[in-house]
Formats: sequence, structure tokens, C-alpha cells
Amino acid sequence: MKPFAFSHAPLQPETYRTALADPTAGAYAAFEGWVRNHNEGLAVTRLEYEGFEALALKEGERIVKEAIERFGVVNAACVHRLGSLEIGDLAVWVGVSSRHRAEAFAACRYIIDEVKHRVPIWKKEHYVNGDSGWVNCERCAQHAHTHAHEGTGNRG
Amino acid sequence: MTNIAPIFGLVLAGGASTRMQQDKALLQYHGRSQIEWAYELIAPFCVATFVSVRADQREDPIRSKFPQIVDRQPGSGPLAGISAALIEHPKAAWLVVACDLPFITEPTIRKLIEERDPQRIATAYRSSHDGLPEPLCAIWEPAAREVARAHLASGKNCPRKLLINSDCKLIDLPEPNALDNVNTPDELAAANARLSERPHTDAKDAGAQQSSVSLRVQYFAVLREQAGRSEEVIDSRARDPVELYAELQQRHRFALSPAQLKVAINSEFSDWRTRLKHGDTIVFIPPVAGG
Repeated sequence: MKPFAFSHAPLQPETYRTALADPTAGAYAAFEGWVRNHNEGLAVTRLEYEGFEALALKEGERIVKEAIERFGVVNAACVHRLGSLEIGDLAVWVGVSSRHRAEAFAACRYIIDEVKHRVPIWKKEHYVNGDSGWVNCERCAQHAHTHAHEGTGNRG
Repeated sequence: MTNIAPIFGLVLAGGASTRMQQDKALLQYHGRSQIEWAYELIAPFCVATFVSVRADQREDPIRSKFPQIVDRQPGSGPLAGISAALIEHPKAAWLVVACDLPFITEPTIRKLIEERDPQRIATAYRSSHDGLPEPLCAIWEPAAREVARAHLASGKNCPRKLLINSDCKLIDLPEPNALDNVNTPDELAAANARLSERPHTDAKDAGAQQSSVSLRVQYFAVLREQAGRSEEVIDSRARDPVELYAELQQRHRFALSPAQLKVAINSEFSDWRTRLKHGDTIVFIPPVAGG
């Protein structure tokens, strides 16, 4: 499977998991990001994800390759949902297969952390009160400013 | 994370303009009112940019177009405007520029930011006339808040004296006349004559005249909504993404400052100072929120 992909349809973790299987792998770790019904004190009814796909695919692939190299895992991949999502929907999936569990957890964590900070994907939240807003863009200039400087930081 | 304060911009436009006998903020040197010109000059360098006004100026047609910081001590001159800004956003450093300095250029602002020392009260230019600090084209750090308040409270209004007596970093001007100011009708006439002699009368660095190029700009998320479109093809004289964003921000009233954005050229992350070429596709990337 591709190291990083987008999907406009519901994600299929079982299918992706099978694609990472390998006879040398004794461990598999996955992370699923779900849509929750609140954020920063506001009740959320649904979300929209938008991506700058041409660049996001490249940056996402770079992140997955970095994780494979850095942690020496067998295989890794990430799929991110785009479009309109409801509460409880799966927004992002990360999977890693490796010889042992420690590097599988570490690589999985690295990929989701980097994806959140570096890949050009935006989230618009729709609230119970009818309002909506782009996360990190509209509430507070200061917050967004801080965030922008974290973009290429070395975590992990 | 560092503890360096983000830079906010403040255009000082609250003066009485008594010697000029007309409102200095409205004078035109570059084909636009000086307040607009100064605002656009510094906005690309700032997280947020404001104009300093007296309470009675809030509603005037030109000043009401901008985010404002209202003086808390009218009649105390520019230091009151700076002090009000430091109080209103105490965690910000303030890039302060007076609106009666028509010879300031973009390199003047950039050098100030590059040489900024956030550990001092302020970073300012040394006057080419008398060697003293120029407080009205300077970066005032959050630590200046208490100093300015105390200075005003003791009846002293002079921002220059404040900087002379404070721990202020002084740097040399890139051009000796960059901070010449204009206070009288005679000085205004002379300033316009000088500006018209320049090959380029805009605020950018002197360089070869750039002919316009055709650029494709794609918009995502909040910028897409504010622009009301997902892409456009434009002819622009912008030489780099800094200039292009300034142009588009003006046109579409984008709320995000360049400090909050990243830029991509032809689907790859790029530097804000990359020279733009005919046919390039540019994307300004708002703060991301995947996952």
C-alpha cells in the first residue's frame, strides 16, 4: 500500500492492516483518530477535512519514510479522511508492523504527531450553536502563531 | 518553544499635525495615504497590525478601516500611543512606525527585525543627524510597558528620552535619510520632489523594474472562504511570496498574517523570498489541523 493516502470514503483499517503484514514482523501497532463531540469547550456536531493534496501526499510520504528509517520498522502507512465526517467517524489511521513492539509504538506515535503538524490538512468544526470555524486559524492569532513555529520541529 | 515575544505592528497616526495644518496620516506620497502605505509596509512582518488613534479619531473614515489601539492619555504624544499598545497586548513586542516617515523602505524594517534584541527594552535606529535613538521606527519589547507607564505617570512624554535612559539596542540605518520626517508644507513639497527622483517610488528595495508575471494562486480552508474562490490566475508585479501575499491580503482582506502562514510554490514548501517566475502556482498554507 502507499505510505500515505487520502480517502473520501470511510476508512477500512482491516484492509490496511492486512497490507502491512510481513513474515518478519512480530508486532503491529495502529492508531486511529476519531471525531469527538467537543473541542476546547465547544460542542461539535460534525467536521470537514480539506487537504492540499499535491503537497500533502509528498509530505505524508516523507514522514512515513522518516519513521521507517528512524525506528527500523518493517512497514508503515497512514490514511487520512477528507470531506464531511460525523461524530465517531474514523478521521485518520496509522499502522506500523515491526519485529518488536517498542519500535512499532514509537513509529506510530511519530507518524501521527508529524502528520498533525506538517501535512497541509485543515479541519473545520461545526458547532451545536450553528457556528463553524477552521481549527487553529480563527480563534486566536497568538495560538496560530505559536503553532506555525512548531511546524518543522524535531520531536520523537 | 522560545520566550521571544511575537511582533505586533503599530502605525502611529494620532498626532495633531499642527505644523502641517492638515492631517499627516492622509498625506499622499506614494499614491496612497501615508497611513495606508505605512500599514502595508509593516503588516507583512507582524502577527497583527494596528493603528494608534485618539478616541476622537476612531470613527474618521480612513482610520476606521484599520484595527485600532486607542490612546489612554490624550495629549501626551506618541509615547501614549505606544504605552496603550503595550498595555493592550502585554505579551507582544511592538514594531512601531510613525506615519510621517515617507522615506522608510522595506529593508529599513527588515534590518530592524533581524537585529532585534528581545532582551533589551527596545531595538531602535541611531539617528544619522544626532546619534540619538529614533523611537518612532523601533521595536518596543513587553519589558518597556512598565517603563513607559512610569515615564508618562511622572509627566514625561518624550519617547526619545525614555530610550536614551533605558537599555536600548541601537543600530545604524541602512540609508542615512530613511527616517527623515515631514512636518511642514515646505518639507512635504521637498519630500515629494525627492521621492519622484527615485527610479522606484514604492517602499521596496531599489532593483530592476519587475515586469508583471502570470501566477496561479490556489486557496484552501479559511483563505479559500475569505477569497471566495479556490483559485485565480493573476498578473502581478510581486517578486516573491512576501509581496504577493501583501497584494492578495489587500485585495481579499485576509485576516491571517504571513507570520501564521507557510508558502508552497509548485506543490513544494518554499521560502518567502523565492523569486516568483511566470506560470508558478502559489499556495499560502494556513495553520494546519490534520488528525
